[in-house]
Amino acid sequence: MSGSGFDSATLISAGYALTSEELIQRDVKASEDVAQYALRLGDDALILAQRNLWWVARAPELEEDIALSNIALDLLGHARVLLTYAGSAWGKSEDDLAYFREEEEFRSLHLVELESEDFGRTIARQLVWAHYGFELFTRLSQSQDEILAAIAQKAAKEYDYHVDHAEQWTLRLGIGTEEANARLQAGLDHIAPYLDELFEDEELHDRLEGIAPRPSELREPVMSRVTSVLAEAGLTLPEVPQALTGGRRGEHREALGYLLAEMQVLARKHPGASW
Amino acid sequence: MTNNVTELPGRDDLDLERAQAYFDQLIADDSRVEPADWMPDAYRKTLTRQMAQHAHSEIIGMQPEANWITRAPSLKRKAILTAKVQDEAGHGLYLYSAAETLGTPRDVMTEQLISGKAKYSSIFNYPARTWADMGAIGWLVDGAAICNQVPLCRCSYGPYGRAMVRICKEESFHQRQGWEILYSLSNGTAAQKQMAQEAVNRLYGPALQMFGPPDDQSPNSQQSMDWNIKRFSNDVLRQRFVDMIVPQAEALGLTLPDPDLKWNEERGHYDFGELDWTEFFDVIKGHGPANAQRLARRKEAHENGAWVREAAAAYAAKQAEAATRVA
Amino acid sequence: MSETTESVQPAGRNEWPLWEVFVRSSRGLSHVHAGSLHAPDEHMALRNARDLYTRRNEGVSLWVVRSTDITASDPDHKDSYFESSQGKNFRHATYYTKSEGVKHL
Repeated sequence: MSGSGFDSATLISAGYALTSEELIQRDVKASEDVAQYALRLGDDALILAQRNLWWVARAPELEEDIALSNIALDLLGHARVLLTYAGSAWGKSEDDLAYFREEEEFRSLHLVELESEDFGRTIARQLVWAHYGFELFTRLSQSQDEILAAIAQKAAKEYDYHVDHAEQWTLRLGIGTEEANARLQAGLDHIAPYLDELFEDEELHDRLEGIAPRPSELREPVMSRVTSVLAEAGLTLPEVPQALTGGRRGEHREALGYLLAEMQVLARKHPGASW
Repeated sequence: MTNNVTELPGRDDLDLERAQAYFDQLIADDSRVEPADWMPDAYRKTLTRQMAQHAHSEIIGMQPEANWITRAPSLKRKAILTAKVQDEAGHGLYLYSAAETLGTPRDVMTEQLISGKAKYSSIFNYPARTWADMGAIGWLVDGAAICNQVPLCRCSYGPYGRAMVRICKEESFHQRQGWEILYSLSNGTAAQKQMAQEAVNRLYGPALQMFGPPDDQSPNSQQSMDWNIKRFSNDVLRQRFVDMIVPQAEALGLTLPDPDLKWNEERGHYDFGELDWTEFFDVIKGHGPANAQRLARRKEAHENGAWVREAAAAYAAKQAEAATRVA
Repeated sequence: MSETTESVQPAGRNEWPLWEVFVRSSRGLSHVHAGSLHAPDEHMALRNARDLYTRRNEGVSLWVVRSTDITASDPDHKDSYFESSQGKNFRHATYYTKSEGVKHL
């Protein structure tokens, strides 16, 4: 439990949006296990936000530029509040964690690190990720940890919208033209080896009974929704051997190093500076 | 979309002279011209050009800032900058759709932009070299833009004025966040302060040039003022801006790079030095450090997105066809 | 912001069609025209309208209508349309002055 000491009825009310600033104000402190868990979710959100932000001023149409950056902004919001919460256990800020950790200290999944400078790849990942986020945060909003529950309740609503975005594009690309169908299929082929990792339980989850859902219980709802939309769009998620996992232990693909180099360069050039 | 009565001959109530008189009266009354009204071709052309240029500036203006989103030095700044660039896309869209009411479809305007035929604000052809540029762009570039835009809210063309009202409402956060970035830098480490000063040094001149050439070299200005499109001349707005930013620079603890800048008691305004208009026209003609890069990125985004736009259009057509078959 | 009536989609263009967006700013108020946008179909038009016109809590409900589906009064016939209501002041309460000072009337 978080030991945050304020009652959930006031925290989790309709339309409530817990921000990282507010967490600091409330002076909460996460337990080590909860912090490790929040760190995983925060890292996933941060790395995917950074990937999706590549699209700013590059999207297929201006309206879509706004849509993709909206999604990235939601993810960035999740990252900030989750990292703030995680950092509360160690006396670290969201920026300490985002900018001053080494590659092997990040706990993000391989799927979110994948290079995606192609709309087909981006939509393929968004389709799986939005369903994953929706299922995960819907369950997490019932957490016995009030802070996680409050964060999750807002995030689940946002993910609901990301699901619609990804599904609508999946249908349009899948059914619209042959070329688009092929390009989204290539995107699905690209992400397929990295999906098992999303559903792997860790020892940590044993210790978080009632606080965090087990990743393995998300597999069925996520994959059944994803495959049914893909079927409607004339696409398939290929059954392929899974790549070795390790993101949760800090064993990443090469892509993450470049992403972090870019993200962290300025902050690291001016240690101790405030912005 | 177009309502050019000269293309609709044979209708006795569409008398050109009466239409012109009606238009003139709207302008004289400081009323608004709406899309379906008759308007002189020159008015339509001037507005279309101005609104398209304005929209292009918003869209191209996303790039210098997008350049720093992935490197923003804190997550909060990353979020703010993203929201700001997103607004710029939104402002571009408000303006394109306002311009479309005059009869030019957006894809034609886009074509004009990526082929290099259309102009946009020359300031975006300078590179955003450091993070401090995010501050200076917000404070100086958006500040100058707001100075220009506030009077445009009362522009005689209804859709343009309404777009500007919406834009001005959203824009106020842009200038403030920029000023705040510079304030943080100026009150930060020596290296940060230097970064801020250098960005202001680079962007001060180009920001003042955003108001356009001096009045005596701006031949179309008078006509735009007569039509109530423009409400104040370039030089009047430029002066207003200088008077505004001098105390703001003092509050930042930064200097404006102009040795001739001083208060003129008699005029009740700040005097300022001559701007480099040779460079201004060079950059407009395409010789700025980033002209080619900005256009290339826009073109690439547009071309790389073609398959996506086509797929969505094809899907819509298929859905519509299926619906008719069922019915 | 395209208050167009006869939105022309010239042949050969594969641009997404134009949609007009109406936003209800809060419950109890009418939907008001906010502007326009391009989208391939009505679902995407609604999505885009949400992202473009309600980024700052501007609305609780959205309508999108294809620009070509709006029929507008002809500005060249505005006299015949709107002149008649001029000169019929008796339709307004302010026309009736005798009751001034009488309460609840």
